[in-house]
Amino acid sequence: MPENSLYGPLDPAPDAGYVDAPPRMGFFTDTSVCIGCKACEVACKEWNNVPEHGLDLLGMSYDNTGGLTANSWRHVAFIEQPVSRDRLADRGTGVGGQAGNQPPAFAGMPTTTVAAPESAVAAATTGKETGTEPGVVPGPEPAAAAPATTQFLGMPSSVLPGQLPGGERTDFRWLMMSNVCKHCTHAGCLDVCPTGALFRTEFGTVVVQEDICNGCGYCISGCPYGVIDQRKGDGRAWKCTLCYDRLRDDMMPACAKACPTESIQYGPLDELRERAAARLEHLHGIGETSARLYGNDPEDGVGGDGAFFLLLDEPEVYGLPPDPVVPTRDLPEMWRTAGKAALTMAAAVAVAFLGLGRRR
Amino acid sequence: MTAGEMGSMGREAASREPAGRPPVGDRFRQFQSSLRRGEGKRERREGGERSMVPRAEFRSYYGRPVLKEPVWHHDIAAYLFTGGLAAASSMIAAGADLTGRPVLRRTGRLTSLAALGASTYFLINDLGRPERFHHMLRVAKPTSPMSVGTWILSAFGVNAGAAAAAEFAPLLPQRGVLGLARRVLPPVGRGAGLAAFLLGPPLATYTAVLLSQTAVPSWHEARRYLPFVFAGSASAAASGVGLIAAPLSETGPVRRLGVAGAALDLAAMHRVEHSMGLVSEPYRIGRQGRLLRAARACTAAGAVGALVSRRSRVLSALSGAALVAGSVLTRFGIFDAGKASARDPKYTVVPQRERLEARAPSHDHEGFAGS
Repeated sequence: MPENSLYGPLDPAPDAGYVDAPPRMGFFTDTSVCIGCKACEVACKEWNNVPEHGLDLLGMSYDNTGGLTANSWRHVAFIEQPVSRDRLADRGTGVGGQAGNQPPAFAGMPTTTVAAPESAVAAATTGKETGTEPGVVPGPEPAAAAPATTQFLGMPSSVLPGQLPGGERTDFRWLMMSNVCKHCTHAGCLDVCPTGALFRTEFGTVVVQEDICNGCGYCISGCPYGVIDQRKGDGRAWKCTLCYDRLRDDMMPACAKACPTESIQYGPLDELRERAAARLEHLHGIGETSARLYGNDPEDGVGGDGAFFLLLDEPEVYGLPPDPVVPTRDLPEMWRTAGKAALTMAAAVAVAFLGLGRRR
Repeated sequence: MTAGEMGSMGREAASREPAGRPPVGDRFRQFQSSLRRGEGKRERREGGERSMVPRAEFRSYYGRPVLKEPVWHHDIAAYLFTGGLAAASSMIAAGADLTGRPVLRRTGRLTSLAALGASTYFLINDLGRPERFHHMLRVAKPTSPMSVGTWILSAFGVNAGAAAAAEFAPLLPQRGVLGLARRVLPPVGRGAGLAAFLLGPPLATYTAVLLSQTAVPSWHEARRYLPFVFAGSASAAASGVGLIAAPLSETGPVRRLGVAGAALDLAAMHRVEHSMGLVSEPYRIGRQGRLLRAARACTAAGAVGALVSRRSRVLSALSGAALVAGSVLTRFGIFDAGKASARDPKYTVVPQRERLEARAPSHDHEGFAGS
């Protein structure tokens, strides 16, 4: 078996057997310029003929999609956070700021996790019928959404975002991120697929063949990001294909094409990584110290993502795992353990019948 | 998908909606009552009732799960039991065949065949596209325990089936082609039974790898213990069936195996429930925690019963039933604990955050991925 086939840095297409594979293609999603327009969600649905995911008001800021599902291959997350006025004052002139005494567009450190704790708790308790399995389910621990919970009256909030229980109002910011399948170097979904329905393309992406998938559901448990999902009534697993059909015709994926701010950038992964590093340096230079890259590192637990992100807060705030690891990393160890258990069992049966030198 | 299909799906959804959707305001009422319950819980917690496990502080996206909960239904939990039962029953049958215990042999072979049939049903029934079950046979893929298991189960099925068929030889006529089969079947059955003996342990333990080879925190972290739990649980269950069906003169081996299997199951399960930190918690709380406590009681009672019931047919059968029940409960409890751990972002975020922080002092950038 070639080196790093299960874990570690790797160029996935040649590893999958492609000769003369084109450069690995991917997405760099720069959340610092996302305006939350959801054009990516719409373009994806239009191009890929993805069914509707149900209309509902989730109470999660402007996010009524809820998450990535079999029927939503792009998902724009919205996070409302208070920012401290003092911190802004320390920073002097507004970075990327607006007119007059308006706070900068994104600056300062969040003081708590959300700007309107009561609406966050409401959002956490709300599930949504997306026509998929498991789809978008309510959070089991709503308190995790808002440590400082106040009495929530259940009505659409009449208070402004950032309003504290005492009536005082903080400044706040919105974090917006267009989430998508990560097209991992070591893809948990692909590794566990028992039918070969999931495969590695020549572009290094991961795609489900709909005519092969028999809906066993293993990929759904195998994904450390919670991306792939099963469509109800259809039974098969669906996720982002990175517009494999468009790539083969040398076209940009639909979401990147539709993005009006170039928050979603598409291109050869090497080039995107360079661009991301430059962008990060720029943001750090202007004082946006909370900016960090997520999924760009080939040394991480999944060997680096084909679709990676620039975030302005911890990954878990966006619903991303902080340190994902492909389960396959431990597969050799798991087979060895199973082998030991199997031998133990065989020995136990043999001893039970033959006895240890005596018969009862 | 054609436009017509999409249209019909839309109509279905529309016609489902009045029944499927809760009445207006229902979600608000549920939310209010959950809030009240939640606050009550918090007060009690402060009172020190749950001081054992400190409340994990973590951040998340509106408290929602990071992972997708496994979409497998209880078919798969049932298969974990029937697959293990088939495997260990075949092994007992082979042992009984070689040591001249005819009733135990017949019981083992027929139990194995029945459990195999049930396993096949459960596995195919759980697929999103059951009619495509044979797509599993397109590939053989060592990174997918489900693919490996498909081939193990297929090979095992042929042999266990042949061994079980041999039990029907005495029903065939003495003469003719069928008479030949009557004479050939027993030795063929013995050979097939021995092959099934060799395939039994892999069949009983690969399912543990299948659960652990997922991102589900409480399954993946249990990877060093689950194969032993499953090997023990399968041995105990099949021994239990032997204790129920075989006469006292033949049950010596299954008593010993039942006790050994139960001990292995209980010891490994203890590690699963207590040695994995936060991700052990789902095995102790909720409905699955109750299932696993019941499983422990049944398995322990069955093992003790198997030891003391050498002279009583009734007590032997009761002990056997307890061992079988313990195995069923163990499998369902483990299955549900994994699902619970995927549902709550706490079990995903907190251990990963701790991992990052443990790495932070020696490495000053975040991307480092040690093991």
